[in-house]
Amino acid sequence: MLKFENVSKVYDDGFKAVDSVSFEIPKGELLVLIGPSGSGKSTTMKMINRMQPHTSGKISINGKDNKSYVASDLRRGIGYVIQQIGLFPHYTIEKNISIVPELNGWSQEKIKPRVNELLELVGLDPKIYAKRYPKELSGGQQQRVGIARALASDPEIILMDEPFSALDPLTREQLQGELISLQKKLNKTIIFVTHDMDEALKMGDRIAIMKDGKLLQLDTPEKLLHEPAHGFVEEFIGKHRIIQNPELMPVIDIMSESVVTSLPQSSPEKAISLIRQRKITDLIIVDESKNLLGIVSAYDVIKKVNDIRTIEELMQPISHILQDTASAKDAIIMMDESPFGLIPIVDEENKVVGLVTRGSLLSALSSQWTETEVEVVAI
Amino acid sequence: MNNLSIWQQLTEQSQMRWREVLEATSVHIQLVFFSMLIAIILGVFLGILVTRVPKLTTLVLGGTGVMQTIPSLALLGFMIPIFGIGVKTAIAALFLYSLLPIARNTYAGISDVDPATREAAKGMGMTSMQILFKVELPLAIPVIMAGIRTAAVINVGNATLAAFIGAGGLGDFIFLGITRGIDGLILLGAIPAALLAIILEVFFSSVERWTTPKGLKV
Ligand SMILES: Nc1ncnc2c1ncn2[C@@H]1O[C@H](COP(=O)(O)OP(=O)(O)O)[C@@H](O)[C@H]1O
Ligand SMILES: [Mg+2]
Repeated sequence: MLKFENVSKVYDDGFKAVDSVSFEIPKGELLVLIGPSGSGKSTTMKMINRMQPHTSGKISINGKDNKSYVASDLRRGIGYVIQQIGLFPHYTIEKNISIVPELNGWSQEKIKPRVNELLELVGLDPKIYAKRYPKELSGGQQQRVGIARALASDPEIILMDEPFSALDPLTREQLQGELISLQKKLNKTIIFVTHDMDEALKMGDRIAIMKDGKLLQLDTPEKLLHEPAHGFVEEFIGKHRIIQNPELMPVIDIMSESVVTSLPQSSPEKAISLIRQRKITDLIIVDESKNLLGIVSAYDVIKKVNDIRTIEELMQPISHILQDTASAKDAIIMMDESPFGLIPIVDEENKVVGLVTRGSLLSALSSQWTETEVEVVAI
Repeated sequence: MNNLSIWQQLTEQSQMRWREVLEATSVHIQLVFFSMLIAIILGVFLGILVTRVPKLTTLVLGGTGVMQTIPSLALLGFMIPIFGIGVKTAIAALFLYSLLPIARNTYAGISDVDPATREAAKGMGMTSMQILFKVELPLAIPVIMAGIRTAAVINVGNATLAAFIGAGGLGDFIFLGITRGIDGLILLGAIPAALLAIILEVFFSSVERWTTPKGLKV
């Protein structure tokens, strides 16, 4: 749908704001561009509708070079939402939303119902708001109009440059939620710029992390959390780690229940096949009644397979264990000290009921957070 | 005659010359009207031009500014070799005087449009012309109107000087009054001129209010 091939932007003053960026977005995806201030997010976004023309490389939309359009025609086909909103103060809300359809030559009979439809879509009653002026609306309401205006002539692509950054936190969360549900309905291709990791994790189907004009990593939120491709990415996510009241969240909610366990008398060959099959790094050792005995590292088993008879010989004790009554916060704190990067969860009889790994911790927390937010906002 | 009070002089003079006053007022209005008309057209155009070509800003606003610092009478004097004596010279000089407030306010009004509004307009696919006529000028209108009002009021005053170069107008009475030492005659020109200035002030103020987009007033 939208494709960047080695796209760079050198500003007139010689500054290289975007440096050979390549990526592709399928139709219907919401891609978040995130990075520190000045990393080139806005520039990258603005090259799509040529508000800032790129200086080398190629940007194509549905296979067609975006330089092959007349700039204003190109822009009319792409929704544009900015942080400062930029409604026309001398036009009514109705007229503000009508602009692009008018530029595109729609008839008034077609525009009128469309405006009402859009106002309802963004949660504003047309009877109340259609005839008002931007100044008579709150910031949040104005940005709803901004979104309606961008959607007016039903563009396939929508560009949003920090659309919610200037709003108060409550309104911001509300609009984030509404944009998510709107997106489910409309299935637009959206490029969403933000500097807020919480927002990125919440909104993005995929997230592109930028720094100094370079695209460092473009992945799903889960993948970014699990496998940051770059030290900076890890640091950037870490700084913004999305843990909301983890002390209130029981550890059993975030643990994985399918723990790969083995008996101590198991043969190394059998253990290796289990390790390969389940793609695990450590094997939890339990007795017949599932009581926790210790841990065996996959690495050790593979190395010593010919030297041992049973894996019990390689078993180490586990010091970092949590009761199933513990909270997610306990797991987060303990994880930092855990030598194996995992924490078995046991019940009061010391039976293994689950396992928390570094990866599952992060992804569980982030997705949990995202899901609950969506539910809260959707009502 | 010089022993009469100024009010008696005025009454006497106006009884004697009311036809001439009407005629001079009409000439005066024409001087103001035509010079303003050209100044508005050119001033707005120059104001727009300098927002599009930033390099010209200093030249145009500086140039029209210098024009304004030349004393009115001197400017009229400079014009005589070009246009000769009479109405043409007067209109040319009055026009040059009115140019700066209009050009400057047009420039300021357009420059003052919120960059976010302009960015949104461009991002939505408006052409430069559409941005100018649908967004920038409507938003700049109150400021432009204020410039025109200022220019018009100054213009009415300056137009009295047109009499010195034989262009007529209410300045004729003032001129005559001074040379003959009849104060009432001076008032005969000054009072209608002042009234004219007040009327223009009131008129353009209401035009200003009337053209201010409703969305800016709420
Ligand atoms: N019009 C411009 N001319 C010159 N440099 C610019 C211009 N716009 C942005 N830049 C520079 O390009 C870099 C990236 O800017 P931008 O894309 O706005 O970053 P971000 O949106 O990530 O904060 C910054 O260093 C900024 O100073
Ligand atoms: Mg930016």
